[in-house]
Amino acid sequence: MAVKQIVMGLNGDEAVAYAIKQVDPDVVAAYPITPQTIIVERFSEYVANGEVHTEFVAVESEHSALSACVGAAAAGARAFTATAANGLALMWEILYIASSCRLPIVMAIVNRALSGPINIHPDHSDAMGARDSGWIQIFCENSQEAYDSIIQAWRIAEHPDVQLPVMVCLDGFVLSHTLENVMTLPDDVVKKFVGERKFVTVKNHFGKEVPFILDPENPITIGPLDLYDFYFEHKMQQIDAMGKAPKVIEEIGKEYGELSGRTYGLVHPYKLEDAEIAIVGLGSTMGTAKIVVDKLREKGVKAGLLRIRSFRPFPVQQIIENLKDKKVIGVLDRAVSFGAYGGPLFSEIRNIFYDQDIRPLISNYIYGLGGRDMPPQRLMIIFEDLQKIAETGRIEKTVKYIGVRG
Amino acid sequence: MSEKITIKDLAQKPDLLMPGHRLCAGCAAGTIVRLVLKATRGPTIITNATGCLEVATTIFPYSSWKVPWIHNAFENAAATASGIEAAFNAMKRTGKGPLAKYEHVDVIAFAGDGGTYDIGFQALSGAFERGHDFLYILYDNEAYMNTGIQRSGGTPRCAWTTTSPAGSVIPGKREWKKPIARIAAEHEIPYVATASPAYPIDLVRKVRKGLEVEGPAFIHVLSPCTRGWRYPPEKTIKIAKLAVETCFFPLWEAEFKDGEIVYTLSAPSERIARKPELKKPVEEYLKLQGRFSHLFRPKKREDLINEIQQWVDREWKLILKRCGKL
Repeated sequence: MAVKQIVMGLNGDEAVAYAIKQVDPDVVAAYPITPQTIIVERFSEYVANGEVHTEFVAVESEHSALSACVGAAAAGARAFTATAANGLALMWEILYIASSCRLPIVMAIVNRALSGPINIHPDHSDAMGARDSGWIQIFCENSQEAYDSIIQAWRIAEHPDVQLPVMVCLDGFVLSHTLENVMTLPDDVVKKFVGERKFVTVKNHFGKEVPFILDPENPITIGPLDLYDFYFEHKMQQIDAMGKAPKVIEEIGKEYGELSGRTYGLVHPYKLEDAEIAIVGLGSTMGTAKIVVDKLREKGVKAGLLRIRSFRPFPVQQIIENLKDKKVIGVLDRAVSFGAYGGPLFSEIRNIFYDQDIRPLISNYIYGLGGRDMPPQRLMIIFEDLQKIAETGRIEKTVKYIGVRG
Repeated sequence: MSEKITIKDLAQKPDLLMPGHRLCAGCAAGTIVRLVLKATRGPTIITNATGCLEVATTIFPYSSWKVPWIHNAFENAAATASGIEAAFNAMKRTGKGPLAKYEHVDVIAFAGDGGTYDIGFQALSGAFERGHDFLYILYDNEAYMNTGIQRSGGTPRCAWTTTSPAGSVIPGKREWKKPIARIAAEHEIPYVATASPAYPIDLVRKVRKGLEVEGPAFIHVLSPCTRGWRYPPEKTIKIAKLAVETCFFPLWEAEFKDGEIVYTLSAPSERIARKPELKKPVEEYLKLQGRFSHLFRPKKREDLINEIQQWVDREWKLILKRCGKL
């Protein structure tokens, strides 16, 4: 039975800030960047009004924001930051260090197009640039999910089998600046769900099991020089942790569902069971796409969709299970990998079907770069294309660009 | 109490940087770190920027550090220290978390000249401005020694490095050394000092003072480098001493008190201020170092040596003025 919840009018950034307030982490180190700024602004108000115990470190750059989070998390703190686009790009070096130090930092990414040319509007080029950094990446469909995912993220990151940092991604403006009804849990329920941070142990130099933190009583060395004789093994540990993450994400999503009535998984299908054609994608566009699916269903078209919530780890089995019997799949990418064969999501989805005996036809649609709108009409064009492919049995052009001139 | 530290005290305090590290024979950084750690007063956490010290003391699975230690990256030692300090403050406030049990935790950042003058300057300045309670130790070997002797903002004029070679047209580095300690002092942080491994008691006393003040402290320690400065390993302390005796690297402290930056000369430089005839010509310092050998061979470059002497005199005068000695 779900607990009693309070409906609040929040935009995506406020929903994130409110969730962080309820979690009340030890350290928040952040720097303003559109469209993430509201998160730091709201959180600063909570700090100014004494509503949290957090040390808010208003750093001089995103690079220092994440660097400070690394120091804080290594010292045993819960540490949070938030950024977007160029800010995430500036953090790039430290992303890899945070994950390889196995620090359970949580970061909100308010997705925005990377410069240049400079642009403040949403696409996924920022998060896609960080996909190989060893962070878990959760993409949200709406502000409710952003709120819910920020709360779950701590449990995922700090899980002893995982111990990896988590990015919660929400589309800039479309979610970050758009007011939504958000169901919020009471503070004590959030606190109980998140609990206290627990520490894994490691062997120190004297063979003693000690917590993996910077504690003067039990000194350990974090971030040493690691050459060809051990580096690879340490990368294997990160690979193993990422391999264990899907089960944890599902478990935490289910446990959260029992509490809130909103269950989350690795992928979220919509009217997919009997669908013949389906689109696959990330983020807020998949919310719009549900309306299009409904319209098509009214016309008797067997359309559906699969939203990928966890991009890292990439839920291979769940995607295959959900899509293997479809005739045609359209993969939506809101990012471009210059010179590659299609967008990043497309490449991975096509790849995992290679080993399947029966494969759907898979077509790629790159859309929405720099915040180019994706209204239902444009999604309808994609579904019409999928219908055409289903009828003819062939894809004329594998990679298409939607809503662009020329 | 910081005034009372003696050599005996230092000898009795166990080392916190253990032997077996791979710093070069004659490297001053190891000596400096051992001295710094002798000055610690209780629970301490170290963060170390990328560089010789980090690389040579922590080759996995070995570590020379008997204190909790973290290396994050090259340019962010001050930001990492900010995070550690913030974590301690938060835990102290709630009484929860692994550091809450300590009355106080000293946070020390070690970084070289590259990680301080150049790539780490932004993070350092930001951390000063925010006022975190930490001590930043710059061990300045005056070039990117870890990558093989490239010039930095800390490299002195005319020094040969692999990116400021002494050519037939350009005689080594063309720019002067950036006055990093004075820049740090201008941040109006509680404590700034320069120090030298040739004056261990002075160094240790300054470290203790840096730890005792509330807020950021910055100590600039000159760290002669046998490989990069091109001199035999046994001459490290002699060269460090000459840097002070020639006033190439004067020793001083700057405290921010009652809205003023108050500079004070430290004993070794104070002696020279009192007796100017003790000030040795900079040539004595330069001629021991292979990185300046092009100033002496094949032909002595009086013009360049004079230029450096003039710079030393000007900087010394400036420090004397700041210290109220002129």
